[in-house]
Amino acid sequence: MTFGPNPWQQASWDWRAACNFMAGGAGSGLVVCAALADSPAWLLAAGAGVIAFGLFAVWLELGRPWRSWRVIRHGARSWMSREALVAPLLFAAVAAAWFGMPGASWAAALLALVFVTCQARLLQAAKGIPAWREPRLVPLLVFTALAEGIGAWLVLSAASAVPHRIWISFAIVLMARLALWHAWRRNVRTAPRASAAIDAAGTVFKLATLLPLAAALVALASPLSDGPARALQALAGALALGGGLWFKYTLVTRAGFNQGFALPHLPVRGVPRRQEA
Amino acid sequence: MTRWAMVADLRRCVGCQTCTAACKHANATPPGVQWRRVLDIEVGEYPDVQRAFVPVGCQHCDEPPCADVCPTTATKKRDDGIVTIDYDICIGCAYCAVACPYQARTKTMRAGFAYGQASEHEVQRRDDTRLAVATKCTFCVERIDDGLARGLTPGVDPEATPACVNACISEALSFGDLDDPDSNVSRALAENQHFRMHEELGTGPGFFYLWDRKNTESAA
Repeated sequence: MTFGPNPWQQASWDWRAACNFMAGGAGSGLVVCAALADSPAWLLAAGAGVIAFGLFAVWLELGRPWRSWRVIRHGARSWMSREALVAPLLFAAVAAAWFGMPGASWAAALLALVFVTCQARLLQAAKGIPAWREPRLVPLLVFTALAEGIGAWLVLSAASAVPHRIWISFAIVLMARLALWHAWRRNVRTAPRASAAIDAAGTVFKLATLLPLAAALVALASPLSDGPARALQALAGALALGGGLWFKYTLVTRAGFNQGFALPHLPVRGVPRRQEA
Repeated sequence: MTRWAMVADLRRCVGCQTCTAACKHANATPPGVQWRRVLDIEVGEYPDVQRAFVPVGCQHCDEPPCADVCPTTATKKRDDGIVTIDYDICIGCAYCAVACPYQARTKTMRAGFAYGQASEHEVQRRDDTRLAVATKCTFCVERIDDGLARGLTPGVDPEATPACVNACISEALSFGDLDDPDSNVSRALAENQHFRMHEELGTGPGFFYLWDRKNTESAA
């Protein structure tokens, strides 16, 4: 590793941290969608399971994992603490929904939204990484998570018909994430290699947003026969999910360049010793 | 109040890395970990090229992003401006490392030795509490606290001054109390033009760089 002055890719967080953002977003989105669609509780549980997998992955990255309970100590300022505080509440709400408690699925959906917002703010609070600290990343990650969640729901529910309100939500969320991606990308000033990684992932991301959007519009406009409708549903869901996951993986592991060091002024050489000045 | 700060006179630094070596000696950091680094920066294109040596490390910020993000409160800022890490609380999540705009923090997962096997002094100075947690420059806080307890003045008395400052062969580094208008750092800042790294981020670094005298016609 070189130590500047030029930016370099952060080496502190690898695929394990990326998994937390990928699984946390997709799982939260799935919980929200499952509540919205009044789905069976196993879909809520699947979302919670995906979130738990992400948390387990990032736990593997801790230097001192057996102290990890201390992560909740700084809820007043740290978004990582807040994420850790919300997660058990979310799991409890999903468990309550599993046992049929009325309103629990909506509580789980609300907590999932809070959880994914914590994750987005967590990344945005990393001032050392220009691509992460751009404020528009927060809504982008939240809407990406929602699109991933609906996508996952479409894949997992491919055996049943999709309510119109889900297709409409899917289309709105996809349009929002595309607009937010452009807004975020316009404002990111980062190293050329990070920009190249973002743009490469961005091409996939945009395709994985536009194609499912087209699929949603087709499904809304002209109800297909059962077979093609199921295939379209699964394909659109998988694309929306995969594009979002790939974007977040890239964001953490390839676009996480710091800003290096910069000298606003060069030294003017030749000065006497301080006490002689 | 006291606000400890460091000043690096970029006009005087010759890039000898003695501060880096002194820091490693004083703090027994493992191979590859440098709490005090000196960047060798070339600016421009041939033949119009300038070179600058820039000491970097923890900037002990007024608003340290590392302390805000730390989920365990292991990282804290003292009243005198020194940012500290409690190695017994840190979980090694490295959130502080990605939050720091100065790349000042390191996490070492396992003990490393300069020549493969541990030498005698490496065995003596081995500190496993610093493994798998975040570490960084402390401004040699133990020397400061110990010196103050003995009535010494950090930045003036070598026993109470950070090792890098003591070691600097060209008197490029100085240390002192910003809140004392007569301290060496306050006088240096009053007499010279200076900047702080990435000031636009609002972190308020406690590390200043001098680049020219004030009111000179030869300002670059």
